[in-house]
Amino acid sequence: MAAYEKLVKQYDRQVFRIANHIVQNREDAEDVVQDAFLKAYEKLDQFQGNSKFYTWLVRIAVNESLMRLRKRRTGRMVSIDEDVETDEGSMPRDLADWSPDPEALYGQSEMADILRKTIQGLPPGFRVVFALRDVEGLSTEETAQALGLSVPAVKSRLLRARLQLRERLSRYFKRRDQKQAQDGAK
Amino acid sequence: MTCTEFLAQLDDMLDQDAALPLRADLQEHLRGCEHCEITLSTTRKTIEIYRSHELYELPEELRDRLHKAIVAKCRKC
Repeated sequence: MAAYEKLVKQYDRQVFRIANHIVQNREDAEDVVQDAFLKAYEKLDQFQGNSKFYTWLVRIAVNESLMRLRKRRTGRMVSIDEDVETDEGSMPRDLADWSPDPEALYGQSEMADILRKTIQGLPPGFRVVFALRDVEGLSTEETAQALGLSVPAVKSRLLRARLQLRERLSRYFKRRDQKQAQDGAK
Repeated sequence: MTCTEFLAQLDDMLDQDAALPLRADLQEHLRGCEHCEITLSTTRKTIEIYRSHELYELPEELRDRLHKAIVAKCRKC
C-alpha cells in the first residue's frame, strides 16, 4: 500500500488536470481522481508492463472521465470520437499577428480564465488529445496508446485542436485590441 | 509549396519532426508567405501559453482529502 500511495502522490495532479480537461467540472474531476486510482489499484495485476504505468493510468482516467460526462448528459453516449468530424478551424481565418504579446495584456488569472473558456469550446475528442500531447507532454505514440486511437488519428486531431484553439484565442485577443482602441479614441 | 500543403505539415514544423529536405521547403515557403508565418508563430504561442498556465490547480487541502479517500477505498477492496 505504501508503494501505491507513492504512485498516487506522483500522478494525482496530472490525473486531476486531465479529468478537468474532459469533464469541465471540478467535483466530477475529484470523483474521477478517486475512481481512477481505485480502479488502477484493483486492476494492478492486469497491468502488463508493456506500457508505462502512467500511460495505463491515463487510459483509465480518460475512460472514467467519459463515463462521468455521460452521466451528466443523462445517459447520452459520449466518446472521444464525438464531434471530431467538424471542419471548423481547418483553415486559419484570423491572420492578425499577436502583437503586443497577449501575456503582457492580461494578468495570470484573467489569462487562465480565457484559456479555460477557449478550450471548453472544443469537442472532448480534441480537448483530450491537446491536453495529453501539448499540456502533459505525452508523445504521439503514448497519446494514441492512452486513448486507444491510431497515431494518424492523434496527429489529425492534434492539428485541428491546435488550429481551433489558435483561431479562438485570436478572436479573443482581437476583441481586446479593438476595445482598447475604442477606449483610447474616447 | 502551397499554403494548404504547408498547413498539412504544420505539426511537423511545430514538433520539429520534419525531415531536413522538407524542412528546407517549409522554410522557403515561410519566407514568402506572411499568413503562414503568422499561423505558425501564433499556433506555437498557443501551445506555449497553455503549457505555462496551470488551469486546474490541485490545492494541498483537497489533495490530502483525496489521498485519504483513495487509501481508505483501496484498503477496503
